Amino acid sequence: MDMKSLYLLIALSPLAGAIIAGLFGWAIGRRAAHVVTIAGVAVSAVLSLKVLYGFLNGGAVFNETVYTWLTVGGMEFSVGFLVDSLTALMLVVVTSVSLMVHIYTIGYMSEDPGYQRFFSYISLFTFSMLMLVMSNNFVQLFFGWEAVGLVSYLLIGFWFKRPTATYANLKAFLVNRVGDFGFLLGIGLVLAHFGGSLNYADVFAALPQVKDQTIQIIPGVDWSLMTVTCILLFVGAMGKSAQFPLHVWLPDSMEGPTPISALIHAATMVTAGIFMVSRMSPMFELSDTALNFVMITGSITALFMGFLGIVQNDIKRVVAYSTLSQLGYMTVALGASAYSVAMFHVMTHAFFKALLFLAAGSVIIGMHHEQDMRKMGGLRKYMPITWITSLLGSLALIGTPFFSGFYSKDSIILAVEHSNLAASGFATFAVLAGVFVTAFYSFRMYFLVFHGKERWMDAAHPASHHGDHADEEPDHDHHHGLGPNDKPHESPWVVTLPLVLLAIPSVIIGYFAVGPLVGGDFFNGVIFTNLAAHPGLAAVMPHAEHAFEMGMHAFVTLPFWLALAGVVTAWVFYMKAPQIPAAIKKTFAPVNTLLENKYYLDEIYFAVFAKGSRALGTFFWKICDMLLIDGLIVNGSAKLVGSFSRVVRRLQTGFIYSYATTMIVGVLALITIWFSQLIFG
Amino acid sequence: MNWADLNLMPALPEIFLLAALSFILVLDLFIPDEKRDVTYGLSLLTLAACAALQLATFEPFATTTFSGMFVDDPMADIIKVAMYGVTAAVLVYTRQYVADRGMFRGEYYTLSLFALLGMNVMVSSSHFLTLYIGLELLSLALYALIALRRDSAAGTEAAMKYFVLGALASGMLLYGMSMVYGATGSLAISEIAAAIASGHSNAVLLVFGLVFLVAGLAFKLGAVPFHMWVPDVYQGSPTAVTLMLGAAPKLAAFVFIIRILVQGMGELSGDWQGMLVLIAALSMMIGNVAAIAQTNIKRMLAYSTISHMGFLLLGLLAANEQGYASAMFYAMVYVLTTLAGFGVLLALSHAGFECEKLEDLKGLNQRNSWYAFLMLLVMFSMAGIPPLAGFYAKFAVIKSVVDLGAVNMGFGMVSALYLAVFAVMMSLVGAFYYLRVVKNMYFDDKQSDAPIVVRGEMKVLLSVNALALLVLGVLPQGLIELCIEAMRQSLAVL
Repeated sequence: MDMKSLYLLIALSPLAGAIIAGLFGWAIGRRAAHVVTIAGVAVSAVLSLKVLYGFLNGGAVFNETVYTWLTVGGMEFSVGFLVDSLTALMLVVVTSVSLMVHIYTIGYMSEDPGYQRFFSYISLFTFSMLMLVMSNNFVQLFFGWEAVGLVSYLLIGFWFKRPTATYANLKAFLVNRVGDFGFLLGIGLVLAHFGGSLNYADVFAALPQVKDQTIQIIPGVDWSLMTVTCILLFVGAMGKSAQFPLHVWLPDSMEGPTPISALIHAATMVTAGIFMVSRMSPMFELSDTALNFVMITGSITALFMGFLGIVQNDIKRVVAYSTLSQLGYMTVALGASAYSVAMFHVMTHAFFKALLFLAAGSVIIGMHHEQDMRKMGGLRKYMPITWITSLLGSLALIGTPFFSGFYSKDSIILAVEHSNLAASGFATFAVLAGVFVTAFYSFRMYFLVFHGKERWMDAAHPASHHGDHADEEPDHDHHHGLGPNDKPHESPWVVTLPLVLLAIPSVIIGYFAVGPLVGGDFFNGVIFTNLAAHPGLAAVMPHAEHAFEMGMHAFVTLPFWLALAGVVTAWVFYMKAPQIPAAIKKTFAPVNTLLENKYYLDEIYFAVFAKGSRALGTFFWKICDMLLIDGLIVNGSAKLVGSFSRVVRRLQTGFIYSYATTMIVGVLALITIWFSQLIFG
Repeated sequence: MNWADLNLMPALPEIFLLAALSFILVLDLFIPDEKRDVTYGLSLLTLAACAALQLATFEPFATTTFSGMFVDDPMADIIKVAMYGVTAAVLVYTRQYVADRGMFRGEYYTLSLFALLGMNVMVSSSHFLTLYIGLELLSLALYALIALRRDSAAGTEAAMKYFVLGALASGMLLYGMSMVYGATGSLAISEIAAAIASGHSNAVLLVFGLVFLVAGLAFKLGAVPFHMWVPDVYQGSPTAVTLMLGAAPKLAAFVFIIRILVQGMGELSGDWQGMLVLIAALSMMIGNVAAIAQTNIKRMLAYSTISHMGFLLLGLLAANEQGYASAMFYAMVYVLTTLAGFGVLLALSHAGFECEKLEDLKGLNQRNSWYAFLMLLVMFSMAGIPPLAGFYAKFAVIKSVVDLGAVNMGFGMVSALYLAVFAVMMSLVGAFYYLRVVKNMYFDDKQSDAPIVVRGEMKVLLSVNALALLVLGVLPQGLIELCIEAMRQSLAVL
């Protein structure tokens, strides 16, 4: 098989599965729907591994146009694949996590009436994501970008009968529009100034000519073209990768089914922004301003979203805020020009975050669709596999030495510490403080769920409806949470198998990958870092070459002790002395309120943007439409015509003499006009 | 007159028509009332035979007879065939209506045929005298038709008004003709044209005559400010006669204008162009605006006719072949549309009930969706909504105006673009009352449950008629090319 057909097969086999399950799902039934979609993704996953293996052994970069869609005035829009080591890494991450999630879904969605639809969507998502990462041009990138956004929208609102779900998917859609608008403007600038092509290779080739160009957006003010373009492209990444202040959609996206939260809103789609910036590394390297902007955005996201994770009680929301915080870490790494480190963290995070989400889903199944951690506790006895895998995932997340998360996160911290950008000071503080915060909320969740008192006894019949199932009919006997005599139970094998399979890379992949990915030459020629100008990465590389020494060395560095402090604090607060957090809550009530309201960003957005656009709309409606257009132009002209019409009607008296007079006046008028011309003119 | 050289072939259809209608006139005296269908059938047969004769004697060039007073050219042939068809359709549509109202008598048919003969003579005149004879023959027949219901006050009033004002207009026309005669020394159209072209005629006298001629022609068309008779006569006449009045005579009037203004006084187009601009603009404005205020649908259609005549003049005032052809196309489409519109009104009327108020159409869709649909086609076509024929007709005349550049308005040259924009705006105003009819039919509740009983032949013809608007709108090319060809061949000779 030649490489072109191989790559086509990788991209198209999930699409085929999606089409079969989506269009013919009603005919082929549930079992066939999941078999066909899983088979499609499995093919992709196996072939992706083959591709990655090829690149690990020095495979050749593939950059070809597969299909020319249309040509407009010299502009060519085509479907093309650029497959290099960066793509290969993403291919493996996307397809393997997607495969796990597909399998897991069999168990999680088994009772759902929209079973086939769900499988169709997640396969479609996989296809879209693959198109995004395999693209060799901006148009296809944008297609994939929008397609994953669309599927995300569809899946957040999968239970479309729930008002919260439709609200959440609308919110995700609108917020992403803001980002996409910037992204599209960025692409427009690329098209206008970078040699007229949208092909990555052509654009990068044009960089030396355009790097010092300036453009005037406000007349008279020169802005660096590179800076403006990069920031606009990054605004797109901010939307997709949920960076502050466009992060608000991600926590709400947890209204979607848990497998989706794992696949789309943790492991893959949200990393599209990180991937895109890494892909554009030759451009970002040319603008320190843009890199500073990236770094600041990432730092804010990493630290402040972590704080929010502390006050959440919904198990999925804790993981969601943890995702936001980790995306912030990746973005900080991008800002420090350590693109390879960011991609490394994308990979490790994909595995352990998907694991944590799926484990949370498993807990939710075991608790009969209860998501409130305050009503859990002591689950380790009942759900041993979920417990162990969750623990491993959490350890990876907080950066325990030798776990995968440790290598990527420690590399980020190192790179940021050695960055020479203006923003690096704040960023260093943010990432270090973030370590403590991450450890604290992760183990808060871990202790609340798996250890301590079995609190579901106290709240036999919870009033709050946070359930994770579709049917909301009141006559349905399927209640939320456990009954008084129920006990949590371990999930079926289709759920636990993916947990185990994801736990393995969560633990070990960092140890094996840090060398080639960060320290080695895996990304050579693909990701470009100007090491002389941005020394962050250079500081990491020597450590990364020796994974074991790096792990051993960690025990004498600050991040390790911060993480340990976080774990211990969580243990004290939620296992030993639960009165402390309550007291703190009381003492620092304003802070708590601020956090519980998510810094009031939703309220601010609502007041400013939602109300603002409503006010603008009302203005256009009332003043422009009702008064000017309807009132003055439409009704005004209608009134004018109407009154004129009445005058004409008056003239039609019905008397012959007035009719005859009109005719004679008409003749007179004609004579007057034409004779005056004839005689005087 | 040299009898030996007299070639009657060009006038054969007219001679046959006269003979046939004289035969019907006499025969009808001996037909008892219950067998009046014989007269009806014979009239239709006569029209069919006339059409056949017309087509059989068709020549792709102009031939004259009666010492050059009568001309038979392709334009006349096409218009005449159309008039036979239109008259036949009118007779079919009105068959039940006249029977319900005591008008199902021989006079109705013979007067209709006389009117047709008058129109035929008008269409084939190449001399002011024959033109006038034809016009008077038409007018007298129409006066009588309008007053056919002697006991109807509205009908007699309408006839009276039409008669008096028609006499005034005829007077103006004759006065204008006499001026032209004074200036050129001839009444033959070709000689008038030659005399004007020679430049030896008295210009003042000519323009003076032209104004009166235009006034007389505008009266026949019903264009502002010579339109006052139109609403009263349309409303007062029995609907059957309104249709007779509103359909075929417009085709005849179109040729009438071509004969006098284009063929006779084409050299003066610089002058009459501006007059027609004024008349057209006023017609489009007054017609469309006044139609909005009407509650009587016949009166509304009368004002709509006035505005359509304004549009027709747009094509004529372009004063070039393209413009004449577009005006001819407009006239054809207008007549077809009017036929179908009044046809539906006639179908909805029955003994003791006249469908003539806007409310009478309310909820037509609930009563009979097919007639509602046909009326919808008519209204959309009149409003000029694609893909109906009316759109293409408006498009063609407006395009000919846009191509025109500038026109002499008496007080100076004015860009024709303003006129085109004005025409578009006025058709926009017009869309209101056409769409109001559609709204009445589809969105209001029905006012009556009276069954709609329609004779079979009318049902078929009416459907074909209205659907033709759709077909012509989608495929207008054939008719357009026919009009262009007819104009080219007819204007080339004289």
